[in-house]
Amino acid sequence: MTHILIDDVWKEYGDITILERINIELPDHEFLVIVGPSGAGKTTLLRMLLSQEIPTRGRILIDGEPIAAEPMKDRGVVFQRYSVFPHKTVLGNVMLGPEWQGSAFLGRLFGAKRRALKARAMALLERVGLAESANKYPHQLSGGMQQRLAIAQALIMQPKVLLLDEPFGALDPGTRKAMHVLVRELWEENAMTIVMVTHDLSEAFLLGTRVIAVDKYRNDPQAQHRFGATITKDFDVRPRIVRDSWRQETGRKPAVEAEAGTGETPAMPSGASLSLGLA
Amino acid sequence: MKRIVNYAPGKGATIILGALPLILIAAVYLASSQARLAINPNDKLMPSPASFIAAMGRMAGQTDPLSGETLFWLDTWLSLARLFTSLGISLVLGLVGGVLVGFIPYLRSSFGPALAVLSLIPPLAILPILFIVFGLGEFSKIVLIVFGIAPFIMRDIAIRVSELPREQIIKAQTLGASTWQMIVHVVLPQVLPRLIDALRLSLGAAWLFLIAAEAIASQGGLGYRIFLVRRYLAMDVILPYVAWITLLAFIMDYALRRLSIAAFPWNNVREN
Repeated sequence: MTHILIDDVWKEYGDITILERINIELPDHEFLVIVGPSGAGKTTLLRMLLSQEIPTRGRILIDGEPIAAEPMKDRGVVFQRYSVFPHKTVLGNVMLGPEWQGSAFLGRLFGAKRRALKARAMALLERVGLAESANKYPHQLSGGMQQRLAIAQALIMQPKVLLLDEPFGALDPGTRKAMHVLVRELWEENAMTIVMVTHDLSEAFLLGTRVIAVDKYRNDPQAQHRFGATITKDFDVRPRIVRDSWRQETGRKPAVEAEAGTGETPAMPSGASLSLGLA
Repeated sequence: MKRIVNYAPGKGATIILGALPLILIAAVYLASSQARLAINPNDKLMPSPASFIAAMGRMAGQTDPLSGETLFWLDTWLSLARLFTSLGISLVLGLVGGVLVGFIPYLRSSFGPALAVLSLIPPLAILPILFIVFGLGEFSKIVLIVFGIAPFIMRDIAIRVSELPREQIIKAQTLGASTWQMIVHVVLPQVLPRLIDALRLSLGAAWLFLIAAEAIASQGGLGYRIFLVRRYLAMDVILPYVAWITLLAFIMDYALRRLSIAAFPWNNVREN
């Protein structure tokens, strides 16, 4: 169970206000997507969740505790690029986190522990479809495969929240679609919280259970930086009650099927029919 | 008619073209040597290939009265020992110092400027100081070479470390890495190829400082020998020695390049 609270968070650089009055509360198993124009501060918001940047005012709590002032293993991340280590093989990349956990000085596990970890890493690679490439180096992989590797690398640490910073921005449309399916499924399977930044609106509404738009609410032509961006729109794309009932329906499905003999799967409620009032 | 930049030689032509300048230099030397020897058979400035072989035979046959070893191999051994010792020290200093200064912000602020100033001092200008402080022995020669190349390697590595994508460092932290683990598993492996490149680039400087130090105060070594026989205008010794030094330097450079390719398979194909 992960509960995230962003409580009246501001980010300022001297006189320049980037973000102001950010308030969100995320219950467990939420897929939050942050959209907004370039430079509005959506990545800054994500970085504050990561502790790559520190809020100038306000606080961020995970499960009631303030987050550490530096990146920690409770928050995994996948960036648009440079998320994997080029000098490690695919398998080596995935095993890295647990190896660091298990061996403070050498950063390497041996014997039974290593075999167990390897099996776990291979299972994860199998899941993201990289098992055949386990011994390749990242530069031998395509962009989509590198991102899948970055996700597997983050997931093996079982973070409370997975942060995605425009993870599909550099991928071609076909690969991007496949990645959407994968991320969606991983989110369901691991019952985790995901916060994703994108500027692709259709992607946002396809994946998110909640979509927020970050934008300036007021612009002073004499002082462009006087007012920062804040959350201007907040959509419950797939409200929890709908998701819960959908899950119950799927749980009931085998029984219903046995009775009625129909193979219809209830469709996941889609937010595509909603339209955003973004300019 | 295409533009000149669009004409490229084939594989065979590349080899021939590459060898051409060297062959030309050799031919010009042989021709002028022959012309001079025809006028004066005792000419010392441009000896014939035969006298090179004779002189080298003398050097390889003659034994040093002190050590009992042949002069040529003794010189080579002394010079290489000095060179490898100082290269080794410089590598360790450069790698450790470079990674620490490049990676730890407090160390970068403390030592970055000092390092920049230090690497700008011309090492040969402080050679007299080294001789005064450390005496004329081996130690001052090694210090000279280390002083000449270690700051360069250190700065190079520090720059390379600070060029590592910020994302990688953040990612490592989200995987739970400590500072030590990041240095050992993220930073160090990725700067090692650069370390070999830096070493290759500083080989020339290392030889320069070695020969300068040997020329001024030494009792053996390739540089010592060259400057010693200069008094007798013994070009028949100097030129083969220069060729030998060049060959040694070339072999080192080549070996380092092969090592870099063999040891870092992930580095061979760069990111687009």
